[in-house]
Amino acid sequence: MSAAIVSRGIRSPVFYRLQRYSVEAACLLLGLVLVIWSVTPIYNMWMIALDSHDDVFSGSVWPDNPSLESFRVVVTQDFWYLAEFWHQFGNSFIVGLSVMALTLLIGSLASFTVGRMRLRNGWMLTNAALMTYVIPASFLAIPIYRVMQIYGLGNHLSSLILALTSFATPYAIFIFSQYGKSIPMELDESARIDGANPLQIYVRIYLPLMAPALVAVGTYALLLAWNEYLYNFLLLSTPSSMTVAVALGQFLNSDESPWNYMMATAIIYALPPIILYYGFRRYMAAGLTMGGVKG
Amino acid sequence: MNSTSRVLELGSPIGATRPGVPPWRFRLQGSDTTWAIAFLIPYLAVFAAFVVYPAVFGLWMGHDPALYDGLFSDPQYLTMVVNTLVFTAIGVNVQMFLAFLLSGFFMSRNWWIRSLLAIYLIPWALPALTAFVSIHYMTVSQYGLLDSLWRELTGEDGPMFLVSRSLATTANILSYIWKWMPFWTLIFIAARMAIPQDIYEAAEIDGASGWRKLVHVTFPLIANVYLVSTLLFTIWTIGDFPTVYFVSSGAPARQTDVLATYGFHMAFDFGYPNRGVAAMMSALPVLIPAVLLLMRRIRVTGVQL
Repeated sequence: MSAAIVSRGIRSPVFYRLQRYSVEAACLLLGLVLVIWSVTPIYNMWMIALDSHDDVFSGSVWPDNPSLESFRVVVTQDFWYLAEFWHQFGNSFIVGLSVMALTLLIGSLASFTVGRMRLRNGWMLTNAALMTYVIPASFLAIPIYRVMQIYGLGNHLSSLILALTSFATPYAIFIFSQYGKSIPMELDESARIDGANPLQIYVRIYLPLMAPALVAVGTYALLLAWNEYLYNFLLLSTPSSMTVAVALGQFLNSDESPWNYMMATAIIYALPPIILYYGFRRYMAAGLTMGGVKG
Repeated sequence: MNSTSRVLELGSPIGATRPGVPPWRFRLQGSDTTWAIAFLIPYLAVFAAFVVYPAVFGLWMGHDPALYDGLFSDPQYLTMVVNTLVFTAIGVNVQMFLAFLLSGFFMSRNWWIRSLLAIYLIPWALPALTAFVSIHYMTVSQYGLLDSLWRELTGEDGPMFLVSRSLATTANILSYIWKWMPFWTLIFIAARMAIPQDIYEAAEIDGASGWRKLVHVTFPLIANVYLVSTLLFTIWTIGDFPTVYFVSSGAPARQTDVLATYGFHMAFDFGYPNRGVAAMMSALPVLIPAVLLLMRRIRVTGVQL
């Protein structure tokens, strides 16, 4: 490193070339490490899913006789654990879409009132929402399980939908009130002068202008509901009311667990979020920077 | 006074006589109040029924002091506290620091580094359940991928990850880092992109090297984001459930349980819901100051996540 001490003018071009090559090599090495790090568990998933039942415990690092048999079993519901797979898949969609719709509706109404109608003690509501967002949902799991039974919603999809909506809404309020600040108040004022009531302003002015934030938060709520496990497991217990997440967890708890069927199910379960992430990546990134960083 | 503000004044409540002040700013008028209440009712109802009431119910479940005597004399509880502290301290700080460094790597103009980002993001896009079950199968027995690889490479049997407490904890922490590091990297990339390029140019003219730019320009400018993210993530990690539940499942012999899995185990496997709630409540002395500090930081700095 003595070259670094010598002043700039004296360094030879060879030094710079060497420096550039070594930086390039280090980057390549780091990239390689990152790819192996990111992909290994995913490779493991596919390897197990492509194995036949007997090969799972062969201890080899690639599938000996790769076949799509496990996927066929899952798709045709040809195993007793999977007897209601498509029904459960539908349940997951119902939960995801309902949580998304409710979160968007409730969150946008609340942040419209606080942000645009300038409610006097609106900050209390925003703070309460922020607090709900920050505190981990697992802290409320046991009481919510009991409370749902008190409400008579036990083992019903609506209990899960309502619980997850109340966890997703605070983030929605947070993002909406942040994004709403970029919409000029003059629009609301001129609409009021034209005689519009708050509902008309909400529907005709607020919602259309909030479209990017709505997409970002909608994706967030949908993914939250789809990926969540703890509440799914606690609130839904019979095969016909289960979502795919609960059904997968059941596999894990059974003694005679067909790993390859489970991994195939898990891969199919992971497809919708993956498609959503990569399809909506631009919006997700927008959501991040929108909620992002003003420090 | 021009005509527009006169019109505004006509339609505005008493408070809004200053020009340029929106008509709703100070007081809602009669029918507007009705609208405001109608708009807020859905949120207030959901909040009261599914956040406030369960919270109060939980406080009531965990109000008996005798519960805490039983809790603190349970050796498994003490093990769990140590595990949670280790999991949180390492899982959060190592992850945040690596994410910060990697965000610099991914800012590169190189095309292949940018396309690498798409691969690097897969763990984040994958549902936690799928990812952690796969890692569980990688580590659970001598037939798992890691042990098989070890056998291929060395010819000997590999370590049994979920039989040793330290190895199982390591597996939990590494899985946690694997799952969430891409997300925090994205946050830091967004923070770095918000830094104006001319600051770097000015630093270069002053003769700053890459290292000094990192320490004296980048880091001070995203320090707030770093702090808020770390606080938020610490709070979330204290309550994290799926990682330990799926990766080690508490193995060996419930020696790797963390707060959330311990509470879950107590409530739903052992049938002591009150003790489970008490365990969660015993984290409140740490959690509440952290939450207040975080909310203050968010208000003061305007950093939002």
